[in-house]
Amino acid sequence: MTDIPVLGFIIQFLAFLIDQLPTISHAAVAIAIPIGLAGLCGVVSERSGVVNIGLEGMMLTAAFVGWVVGVMAIALLPPDLQGRTDVFGISLPLLIGLVAALLSGMLLALVHAWLSISVRADQIISGVIINIAAIGLTGYLNTLISGGSPQGAGKFTPLQVPDNIANLPFIGWLIDAIFDQGPIAISAIVLVIVVQILLFRTRWGLRTRAVGEHPRAAETVGINVIRLRYRNVIMSGAIAALGGAYLSMELTSSFQAGISAGRGFIGLAAMIVGRWTPIGAFGAALLFASSSAIGRAITFAAPDNDMGNFLKDIPQQFYDALPYIVTIVVLAGLIGRSMPPAADGQPYEREAAA
Amino acid sequence: MTDQLTPQSPQSPQSVNSPGEPSKPPVGWSVRARSLLGQAWSAMAMPLLAIFLALIVGAVVIILTSVLKPGATFDVGLPIRAYQALWDGSLGSENGRVTTLVQTAPLLLAGLGVGLGFRAGLFNIGAQGQFLVGAVFCVAGALVVREQDPIIAIPFSLLVGAIAGAVWGFIPGVLKAFRGAHEVVTTIMLNFIALALVSWMITGPLRQPRAPQAVTPDVGNATLPILFGRDGHLGILLAFLAVPIVWFVLNRMTIGFEIRAVGANPEASRYAGMKPRRLIVFTMSAAGMLAGLAGTINILGISHHMNASFSTTVGFDAITVALLGRSNPIGIMLSALLFGMLRAGASQMQIQAGVPAELVDMLEAIILFFLVASPVLRRVFRLRGVKSGLGTTETMTRTYGSEAIR
Repeated sequence: MTDIPVLGFIIQFLAFLIDQLPTISHAAVAIAIPIGLAGLCGVVSERSGVVNIGLEGMMLTAAFVGWVVGVMAIALLPPDLQGRTDVFGISLPLLIGLVAALLSGMLLALVHAWLSISVRADQIISGVIINIAAIGLTGYLNTLISGGSPQGAGKFTPLQVPDNIANLPFIGWLIDAIFDQGPIAISAIVLVIVVQILLFRTRWGLRTRAVGEHPRAAETVGINVIRLRYRNVIMSGAIAALGGAYLSMELTSSFQAGISAGRGFIGLAAMIVGRWTPIGAFGAALLFASSSAIGRAITFAAPDNDMGNFLKDIPQQFYDALPYIVTIVVLAGLIGRSMPPAADGQPYEREAAA
Repeated sequence: MTDQLTPQSPQSPQSVNSPGEPSKPPVGWSVRARSLLGQAWSAMAMPLLAIFLALIVGAVVIILTSVLKPGATFDVGLPIRAYQALWDGSLGSENGRVTTLVQTAPLLLAGLGVGLGFRAGLFNIGAQGQFLVGAVFCVAGALVVREQDPIIAIPFSLLVGAIAGAVWGFIPGVLKAFRGAHEVVTTIMLNFIALALVSWMITGPLRQPRAPQAVTPDVGNATLPILFGRDGHLGILLAFLAVPIVWFVLNRMTIGFEIRAVGANPEASRYAGMKPRRLIVFTMSAAGMLAGLAGTINILGISHHMNASFSTTVGFDAITVALLGRSNPIGIMLSALLFGMLRAGASQMQIQAGVPAELVDMLEAIILFFLVASPVLRRVFRLRGVKSGLGTTETMTRTYGSEAIR
């Protein structure tokens, strides 16, 4: 084992990566979606000056609500309204579940907005409250409901990329990785690009950034800081909820307690690494997701050569921890180069009318 | 006393929402006693109100969700039965009282750790990981000395667990102080890494040979002696001993003063000649040590081994405990007792009344919610001269992101 030349090892590893590229890239996009949405949620909220650490809880709650409303819709709707279409496997119960999930995320975001904007509480504590409440509420209701193992509404299905496109040389794998996904994943990618443009090219974006950097100055030129922060936080709740719905309605078709598994927090790290920009955050999410996807590829498809055997000898748990380790290392390497919006985390108080 | 160092920023909720709140200097002969009582009331009123309101909201939730069981209707009596079972399982019976103390001990230690961090302006969400790492390494340490005399085996295992926890706090401390990585994100990441580490240690190097499931051997002579009741072990004594120690360090020692100064204003403390970076690393390590010790006493005192399905909520409960106790060691002791009680009674509640134990998590969140919303509560209930729920921890988001600390 010790006498493998390093260069040969690297070449073998690269060959393995290229061989597994379609699998890895497809898995990486799928893993990156909820993390990227969490990062996007953080960007929208924090660019306006509100730290949103409760997005983990918003994701968890939305994942639960999406699933449980789907269950209720299946039980209550007449069967002729439950048919599934060929496009993305959309059905009425699924759509109702998705809408309910988004609303639940916005409701939690409203609580967070009220605590951090109106009550002017510490925004991190407010977020922690959302997270604990989400763990408690979803765990509590899940214990009550899942005892009867009810039938769920299923899940959205991926768009099938035609074989002749997926097999195109050089770019086929990329098209396949991006578009062989469900509706939430594809809209997430679109959303990232749209928010990037909105944030840096429109009036709303300029106002959001102004409020996040210097709320007093923004107020002076006539921007309603409080209302803009409320709106952004609630929007961020909807984005986080989309990530949650992805977990229980697209990636899987059921809910388990603690299904969000820290993705919201990794999303926050992605946001920091991506310097509070949507595309940057999604790129960072892809980085974390790739480390996770490569770990999986090694577990399931390590080649039978020196490199493969060496990587297989590393315990599985190391690969489980890899995304978290990468997050810490990247975060620690960013000193002074990733600055938050200047007013991030600070409650805003209007000056008394003179 | 707790607020002496906290500068009254123009944005702090107290000054905003209750402008006419004079703190009159007391006069008269019985003033001392009365002002002590007044202090106790002003510090306790808001947490007590929050707990009371949380129990009411919890009761409403129980009633509303009682229809979810197949074929059930709204059950108005269920909250009473649930809270009765909660009481029976905790303070209402001999075994329950011991169980309450057993549950309190780790919460107390980890809560003291989180509270210590709060005083330095650090939000240590990593108590969970520090607890787990402390637990698994104390097993590793105990396996070395399990044949030795308990006089050697017990302190050695405790020490190994405490050091492991301290290392798990040291890492985010260094990352925060020298690399500007915010401890909220790094400690959460370290929680997940700790989970993976524990899983690997139990299924790998620490696994008992020839055991059907992944489980570590028994800790042998490192087992903590039982002092009272069915399982009232030595660790409980240690946990309660930590309260005066942490209080003394915080309030009577130079380092404690420096920790509070850094928490109040890092910039000013640096000009006063203190070293914020070193203090941050020290505080995080000490916090990690306390949380690691919490894991250690749970292993050596209760389970005596670890298996792959080992799970705990102590680390997250500790955050609530510290917030509810307003980062004050004595307050933390009281809130740890409350949560020890809730945790002790939760399983009884699930068995006897059929109300899921996760209700306790919800109660936690609701208590915190009311504490955070205390300026509003104070207006609604007309509580003048009562301290707001979370006075000492208003400035934690200040260094969010990757701001360098000099």
